[in-house]
Amino acid sequence: MKSYTKPITFFLAIVAPLLIVTLVLREPEPDHELLNALRAKYAVKRKPGVDHSKFEILQKNFTNPHEITAACLSCHTERGEELMNSAHFTWEREAFIPGRGVTYLGKKNLVNNFCTGVQSNEGSCMKCHAGYGWNDKSFDFSNPYNIDCVVCHDNTGTYEKASGAAGYPKMGPEGPDFKAIVASVGQPKSAGCGTCHFGGGGGNNVKHGDLELGLLTGGRDVDVHMAVDGLNMNCVDCHTAENHKMKGRYYAVSSSNTQRLNCEDCHTETPHQQNILNEHSIKVACQTCHIPVYAKVNATKMYWDWATATRKKDGKEFEVLDEDGNIVYTSIKGDFVWDKMVKPEYLWFNGTADHHLLTDKVDTSQNILKINTLFGEYRDRDSKIIPVKVHRGRQPYDAENLTIIQAKLWDKDKGKGALWLDLDWERSIEEGMAYIPLPYSGKHSFIKTEMFMPVNHMVSPAAEAVTCKECHTRDNGRLAGLTDFYMPGRDRNRTLDLAGQLLLILSFLGIVVHSAIRALSSRKHNTIQSH
Amino acid sequence: MSKNNRVYVYKGFERFWHWNQALLIFVLAFTGFEIHSSYDFFGFETAVKIHNYAAWGFIILIVFAIFWHVTTGEWKQYIPTTKNLKAQAEFYLFGIFRNAPHPTKKTLISKLNPLQRLVYLGLKVLFIPIMVVSGLLFMFYRYPQGDSIAIINIDNLEIIALVHTAGAFVLLAFVLVHLYLITTGHTITSNLKAMITGWEDLEEEDQKDQDQPIGKPENEHDENPKI
Repeated sequence: MKSYTKPITFFLAIVAPLLIVTLVLREPEPDHELLNALRAKYAVKRKPGVDHSKFEILQKNFTNPHEITAACLSCHTERGEELMNSAHFTWEREAFIPGRGVTYLGKKNLVNNFCTGVQSNEGSCMKCHAGYGWNDKSFDFSNPYNIDCVVCHDNTGTYEKASGAAGYPKMGPEGPDFKAIVASVGQPKSAGCGTCHFGGGGGNNVKHGDLELGLLTGGRDVDVHMAVDGLNMNCVDCHTAENHKMKGRYYAVSSSNTQRLNCEDCHTETPHQQNILNEHSIKVACQTCHIPVYAKVNATKMYWDWATATRKKDGKEFEVLDEDGNIVYTSIKGDFVWDKMVKPEYLWFNGTADHHLLTDKVDTSQNILKINTLFGEYRDRDSKIIPVKVHRGRQPYDAENLTIIQAKLWDKDKGKGALWLDLDWERSIEEGMAYIPLPYSGKHSFIKTEMFMPVNHMVSPAAEAVTCKECHTRDNGRLAGLTDFYMPGRDRNRTLDLAGQLLLILSFLGIVVHSAIRALSSRKHNTIQSH
Repeated sequence: MSKNNRVYVYKGFERFWHWNQALLIFVLAFTGFEIHSSYDFFGFETAVKIHNYAAWGFIILIVFAIFWHVTTGEWKQYIPTTKNLKAQAEFYLFGIFRNAPHPTKKTLISKLNPLQRLVYLGLKVLFIPIMVVSGLLFMFYRYPQGDSIAIINIDNLEIIALVHTAGAFVLLAFVLVHLYLITTGHTITSNLKAMITGWEDLEEEDQKDQDQPIGKPENEHDENPKI
């Protein structure tokens, strides 16, 4: 019996401490104190302190939208000034960009990778401008009555700007019911924001991939914040505004690290129970793990090839649809590639960006022209890894002046050089460049382009977050493209690993050889002894 | 001829410490190389969890072991000596094949031969501290980088990672050789038995100077059991 006690004691001596260690260091129970506090806060929906339908000044029958603005500003006297200084109205921002100095860039004058740019196309593009009448360069940005208040503040969901009307709604009997709209005004609703922010680029989810109609009806699987079966939050719950300056930046058009909206603002930098996850937040943005895929409900445009535009079938323009009903070719725009449930690409980003301007030279030694550049690298302490949608395509550029081209795409009437009506590249380029005005050599060609669009929405439930192994893996991990740092599980030093393996092999060989000689020599000794 | 004497060589804590350390090093190495993507067993996430738990267990064990070594004076076992170092090396290289006796006597006061002293000291003051420190930096690299004290910011995990990996290879090689050298006691299993039970047959202490070489020919074919 006694002979068993020692092994048992020993077994216990090894197992017991391990048990203790495991118990002491076991994962804590999920404690979502902060999350519950946030849930409680955002569950309470804001009730307006004012009923605009009771104001006498709003009782009249408005025939002209400028009158609405005048009525608004008669009480909200300073708001006009605020809005005229906000990006929703100016479509540009003052920013310092290294190498350029102080710049005034925005949708107003930047090139994008979709419809390429607004200049010479204002009549159509300004359907999404918070103003009335930005038809061309003569638009008066200093006239407060040019502000469109109701496009954002309409709560009826019936206000709509007309197509090709430079920001004006339809007027007269066909137009929206202004009286009902002004009676309902309040904080912007998500659907209103979505009119432009979901539909930009010519259709739902064309541009962003993470901003689309699906957010308005989706559940927690689509977006935990806006989920109809969850908190059902509004855009402006996070994108708060102070003096009409909204929080949140979009770096296809922004450049500076200010006025940003971060998950950490509510969730703190260390929201996880597990310390090891909190450690990540110094180099990894929340979105990187918590938005494993975007375009969860409807497809988004991943590729736009302008070079194939203007083709005709039987002398007429035509369209090709895929099985889901997405346009994959149209004569006026070229070839498209759509995708759904897309895994983002990943970049280091420190909150600053640069843009390829119409006046910049195209570097033809580079195969691809970056429409915008997100700055950041591992060694930069302000940089974090973020998920991005990279929108690729081909755009026309001036083959002699080596500048990117702004073509005239839209006009009310045929024969004025608009590409979408006349399907004539040369003419549309001449018209577009003359409008800006910028020189055009008369020779255009096409260059591959990329635009980098940070993905911030469509946050998945925690259980669906990106798992460790998806990045910490030797080959083809999500972060395989970011090679400027060492990541455990992905990286190794080949020389060190080889030396280590060699050390182990030599040790093992040494043991084998040594024990073999011992075995042989002991047999010899035994033989000698037996004699 | 020296007589054999059953001696209680390894105390309870010593054995507890030794075997837990063995287990922890095994667990750490196994999960560590999985984290290194050398193979797939637990899955990366679980491997990291186990590795970190085991690391804390190891650190706690080390604290106790240091306390034990200091209070019992056992740390003196690791004071390096060059005396008989060559003889010991020659024993492993040649003598052992001729069934020569161990050049140093294992006694209570001097349990370790000169080579063991050197190797174990190296482990204790160099390799294990390197692993612990680099491991902790791995775990907590964000905190030095809290930016409050810029000079201790860690700008690159790579150096830490490579040091940790290199240390792991060395420790693993040590374990391999150590496992083999267990069999080089008086009998194949006498060392193992001693570390399990604490008791070992030691040659009688008939002289004060424990480090005297015993190279006399009459010891060549003494009562040592044959391998």
